[in-house]
Amino acid sequence: MENMFERQCEIAWCPGCGNFGLRKIVLSALKELNLDQRNTVFVSGIGQAAKAPQYMNVHYFNGLHGRALPAATGIKIANPDLTVIVESGDGDMYGEGGNHFLHTIRRNPDITVIVHNNMVYGLTKGQASPTSQKNMVTPIQVEGVFETPLNPLSLAIALDASFVARGSVGEPELTKELIKNAILHKGFALVDVFQACVSFNKINTHKWFKENTYKIDETYNPEDKIKAFELALKEYPFPLGLFYINKNKVVFEENLPLYKKSKEPLYKRKNDNIKDLLILKK
Amino acid sequence: MQNKLSIVLAGEAGQGIQSVENLLVLIFKKDGYNIFATKEYMSRIRGGVNSTTIIISDKPIIAWHEDIDLFLPFSYEAINRFKDKINYSTRIIVDKKYINYENSIDIPFNKTAEEIGSTIFSNTIIAGFLASLFNVNIEILKKTIFDVFAKKGKEIVDKNIIAAVRGYDLAKNYFEIFKINIQKDKKVAEQFLLNGADAISLGAVAGGCNACFAYPMTPSTSVFTNMALYSKKYDIAIEQVEDEIGVINMALGCWYAGGRALVTTSGGGFALMTEGLSLSGMTETPVVIHLAQRPGPATGLPTRTEQGDLNLALYAGHGVFPRIIYAPGNLQQAFYLSALAFNMADKYQIPVFIMSDQYFIDTYYNTEELPLNSVKSENYFVKTDINYKRYKITEDGISLRGIPGYGDGLIAVDSDEHDEDGRITEDLNGISLQMKNKRLKKFIKIKEATLEPVLYGQREYKILLIGWGSTHNIILSALENIKNNDLAFLFFSQVYPLHEKTKDYLRNAVKVIVIENNATGQFADLITKETGFETKYRILKYNGLQFTVEELVKKITEMI
Repeated sequence: MENMFERQCEIAWCPGCGNFGLRKIVLSALKELNLDQRNTVFVSGIGQAAKAPQYMNVHYFNGLHGRALPAATGIKIANPDLTVIVESGDGDMYGEGGNHFLHTIRRNPDITVIVHNNMVYGLTKGQASPTSQKNMVTPIQVEGVFETPLNPLSLAIALDASFVARGSVGEPELTKELIKNAILHKGFALVDVFQACVSFNKINTHKWFKENTYKIDETYNPEDKIKAFELALKEYPFPLGLFYINKNKVVFEENLPLYKKSKEPLYKRKNDNIKDLLILKK
Repeated sequence: MQNKLSIVLAGEAGQGIQSVENLLVLIFKKDGYNIFATKEYMSRIRGGVNSTTIIISDKPIIAWHEDIDLFLPFSYEAINRFKDKINYSTRIIVDKKYINYENSIDIPFNKTAEEIGSTIFSNTIIAGFLASLFNVNIEILKKTIFDVFAKKGKEIVDKNIIAAVRGYDLAKNYFEIFKINIQKDKKVAEQFLLNGADAISLGAVAGGCNACFAYPMTPSTSVFTNMALYSKKYDIAIEQVEDEIGVINMALGCWYAGGRALVTTSGGGFALMTEGLSLSGMTETPVVIHLAQRPGPATGLPTRTEQGDLNLALYAGHGVFPRIIYAPGNLQQAFYLSALAFNMADKYQIPVFIMSDQYFIDTYYNTEELPLNSVKSENYFVKTDINYKRYKITEDGISLRGIPGYGDGLIAVDSDEHDEDGRITEDLNGISLQMKNKRLKKFIKIKEATLEPVLYGQREYKILLIGWGSTHNIILSALENIKNNDLAFLFFSQVYPLHEKTKDYLRNAVKVIVIENNATGQFADLITKETGFETKYRILKYNGLQFTVEELVKKITEMI
């Protein structure tokens, strides 16, 4: 059956790019959730991954490098009825946008954040990203990366992000289910997705991701924060699945006084009580 | 002749100058005195010297004058800082228990406060004392104290009322020394009392603002605080964002989805927003920016005033895109333009600036009218259908703006160059060029909507004074004080784009003098650039303080 979210168009990614796999997964997730296209907004920054919304039939706000999260929050503030999904890369989300990543988690708007994590910069041609593994040699990091890679999952759990998961393009079924659950989850949901960059990352290939990941055991309880943190620190191999969920957090929009009175989005409201506005200053 | 009297209170941060100012402006205004107040302060929470000037008058008073009639120093440092400003006619009021100064009048404020229970009440006693010297109705004094302290509980209210009344009675022993006699005007009691920050905030609400995002930064924070104060009653979403980059991007997201967001910031904070400003230009997403200026570069003089960021606002952002810059000169304009900014941003899908500065933000006076009936919130977004194109090429460059969730169309916006659907393109000579031209066409549209500058003084002038923004009232007051039949004042409440008639006004003048509170004459340079007219006569001040009326009278007289 046809997927109305799928746009027939030329796609500017390299042949064999992991982005294609993730695109397919996201499109299936949207279809299976039967989301209303008119109420689904994608937000992205800049990078190869950030082009993803261009290749779908959705509303989108393809903004500035690193700034998808504040824009997504602004959209939720204006209209909490919209399903807001951020899709961007590791450089965009964890590098340029690092500060917003921390504070948007604290804010906890009801948005889903899908991060294409290929551990390298693609659009700028092969420099290290915040998640590049140590010793990776690049045109800039000529002696190899010596910084400690950023661990987005442990960071998000430390900040009590309400939904924290890792998928991989090599595990499409699992990743699709994670994305669906993330969208259904009420609150900030992070799905970090491993994928290969065929042009610039010759270390972390499709094969490497297959060999260095495993699925979290089905008996694992994601509601235990300490356990989740411990699991997030595990590397080589890296666990895949839902690490942490906190179902008890109030979402940001609902904390705003204007939505306690009425659920109406801003565009439907008329402020007709401004006649008494000036009494404030008599 | 105007009969006025100015009080200057000066002391360390934390000594309560601010609370005395807050009480007195309310008390005097409610009792029917025309009132003006402004403050200057150091960037510290305790210590240093801060001061506030309160001018009480029988006629409306709208600008800063430098005479000091009553001086109340709270510290020796305060005396040192004001030594040059006080003269033989200045009455100096001190409490000799703390401060001794020649020819000063000793009033036992602290002793009186101790009798009530704590020196903490000295400030309220001073307020009561000064109210009494001006023969303020005691019921107005008590009622104001009650209103101001009500939130703090009954005990604090009662004690402060006792303190105010003690101060009021104490003054009776000194009536003969001060002999103050200024006419009240009953109408004033019914007028508004507000400062620049109030006018800008109220205007924003009237203009349909329903979200305000900011990162705290002096002097722009007062508007943020006001919006938070109004947020419950007027349903305004408020968020203190992690940085100014987040602020502007949140605002753009909010406008994109149908909100009307205001951002309020100052120099360094706005500098961080410039990429976001460019995003507004490219995606044609409206946004309203209140830019409250202070001296730079970098952190500069954080709590001082300057009109130094005009060039920043004019040229901020990479690439070329239209913008509107308003610079209100008085409370009415601030209210009106702040509301208008929302409509213009929405109509032309551009960033619109409201420029103020520390002086404008912190200056209070009473005013008769605010143009509530001439402002309304106008929405320009449309319900979309399935064939909707966000960037449809049109005659005037303006495409109908849809918002997600309202109609069947898809709203796609892109920071890359894009086609009519909002999809990325590199078709350089095709749609890419058409999009550039579409945005350029909007320059013509917004130029047509430019506000005319206002001319004061002689219609048949030889000498034309020019000003913008916060100097409006000061230049106007100076003009009234200079008796010269060749003189006029042309004021710009919109500094960009410039109105077509600007050239005509310049052509009619033999000599043009541009007055600005900055070091180089940024607006004068803009006039020259836009009109080709030379603007070599400039009166500039840039020490972190605003002009006073006396200072301008002197400088203008010297130059003409």
